[in-house]
Amino acid sequence: MADQLMTDDQDEQQNESAERVFRRGDDSAILRLAESEVEAYTPDDDRRMVINMGPQHPSTHGVLRLSLEMEGESVLRSKPIIGYLHTGMEKTGEQLSYLQGPTNVTRMDYSSPLFSELAFSLATETLLEIEIPERATWIRMLMCELNRISSHLLFQATNGMDMGAVGAMIYGWREREEVLRLFEIITGLRMNHNYIRPGGVAADLPHGWRDDVLKVIDKLPDRLDEFDTLLTGQPIWHERLQGVGVINTAECLALGITGPLLRSTGYAWDLRKDMPYLQYDQLEFDVLVGTYGDCFDRFAIRLNEIRESIRIVRQILEKMPQGDYKIQDKKVTPPPRARIDESMEALIHHFKIFTEGFKVPSGEVYASVESPRGELGCYIVSDGGPKPYRMHIRGPSFTNLQVLPHMLQNCLVADAVAVISTVDPIMGEVDR
Amino acid sequence: MSDEAVNEETEQNNETEVYETSSRGQTVLHTGRNNLLNKIQQLYSDGFTVCIDVTAVDYLENPKRDLPEEIKPERFELVVSLLSHQKRERIRLRIQVPENDLTVPTLFDIYPGTEALEREVHDLFGIDFDGHPDMTRILMPENWEGHPLRKDYDVGKIPVQFKEAPGS
Repeated sequence: MADQLMTDDQDEQQNESAERVFRRGDDSAILRLAESEVEAYTPDDDRRMVINMGPQHPSTHGVLRLSLEMEGESVLRSKPIIGYLHTGMEKTGEQLSYLQGPTNVTRMDYSSPLFSELAFSLATETLLEIEIPERATWIRMLMCELNRISSHLLFQATNGMDMGAVGAMIYGWREREEVLRLFEIITGLRMNHNYIRPGGVAADLPHGWRDDVLKVIDKLPDRLDEFDTLLTGQPIWHERLQGVGVINTAECLALGITGPLLRSTGYAWDLRKDMPYLQYDQLEFDVLVGTYGDCFDRFAIRLNEIRESIRIVRQILEKMPQGDYKIQDKKVTPPPRARIDESMEALIHHFKIFTEGFKVPSGEVYASVESPRGELGCYIVSDGGPKPYRMHIRGPSFTNLQVLPHMLQNCLVADAVAVISTVDPIMGEVDR
Repeated sequence: MSDEAVNEETEQNNETEVYETSSRGQTVLHTGRNNLLNKIQQLYSDGFTVCIDVTAVDYLENPKRDLPEEIKPERFELVVSLLSHQKRERIRLRIQVPENDLTVPTLFDIYPGTEALEREVHDLFGIDFDGHPDMTRILMPENWEGHPLRKDYDVGKIPVQFKEAPGS
């Protein structure tokens, strides 16, 4: 890994090529116009015009709106306009106790909800300075890798659909459904699980979980090969994606881009490998990188990351330890149902935890995980009470979205759809 | 930050001092607003080439918090998280921003990726970033009044209208 990091010489070279992201004036790729100014804005050249794309547009993955300054069919400058899904979830997070917190954050990135829960729980646990049982850690890893699979499958589906390969949508959805069914068996819900909580996970893995997981991951490799047949080797697919929306490493680093976007430029950076959390250092897997930083690389990385995740899940199945699935600290974990019938203290603990919540010593921490979209972080400030004083989620989609104007510059409006699609923003997380 | 560097800084005036503390094992630096760009430029050359996050906290209801004694607590605090890929280290800067002068220099020229993050802080807390290329609201509508993440901005402040509710 270390040898793949840039040397100083390369660093300098790359820095020069990152110059375009620092531009402030009219030569910037970003159309820095307020909404109220757009109507009054008349470009000097009468071949230019500003058009609006979204928010109600099928390929904008929800409610992303783009202001595009066009010349003919080429995009000159653009600006993502966001906030249509803003529901003040960080504010809501301040009203909910630490136990209720995951219910809130899980609704941010709705296609990989377990990662937000994980980041929130890790931050809370760091504040509490508690160690969770080993089995809970491994269950978390199992669930997260399965979630990465389902999230990337969703990408395959929507990306295919955006490119006009409607068949891919059905394939992606079918496969994702298998994983979601598994989630339903384990967590009780298909989405917004509230499964990973401070102190461990909500419930132990159900009877027969190993067979259920195996059934899914045994089926998947063949199904992934179908994607290769359907898309990867196809000339039309190449035409649509190769060389479109190119970005380089230096630009990514300057813009704070993480995840598959950064890796597509050939820079191997994955928090699971480079700054391991949970027990990822005990697993064997590869970090996949691209070469050109174009849409095709981003597509291929996500497809192959599913294969890596399957490899990880298989290892987790082998290594899954026995033991508790949540910490046996009465201050943090509600007592088991059976204890409540026989112990007054257990009843009191149960009541206190659910009415008031557990108190977290004051302080501030930042915890981060590698979500399917990049670095997902959670910054929590505690004032010693049962609710976070401030809860901030660093959503990878929000930061990654900034790359759009740079990728779109000088590209055809028809390619804009490909670019948006392979950036794979989840608007719930962008707007929060 | 090594101890020598801290000692060097202490000789200059109060604003340019950098204090290092640790929060649950995570490195936190405190410095004055005027020294922010300086310090960040220095950290950038030390390998902290990625700015992961810029956010703020409104300490209106919680004036007491763990700060080095020399740092005067103010209502707002800007929190900048940096990451060094080479060292695999994170560092966090906490900068006090007084209520009566809500301006902080922008980090855009060092990390252009802070553009959206700073707009978010501006939108939700009302902190202005001096020199930012496009200091407008990002999540709230352009004509919105107030800054929702401030502690004196109440939850439920905006009445929600339900269709066909009695009395509507």
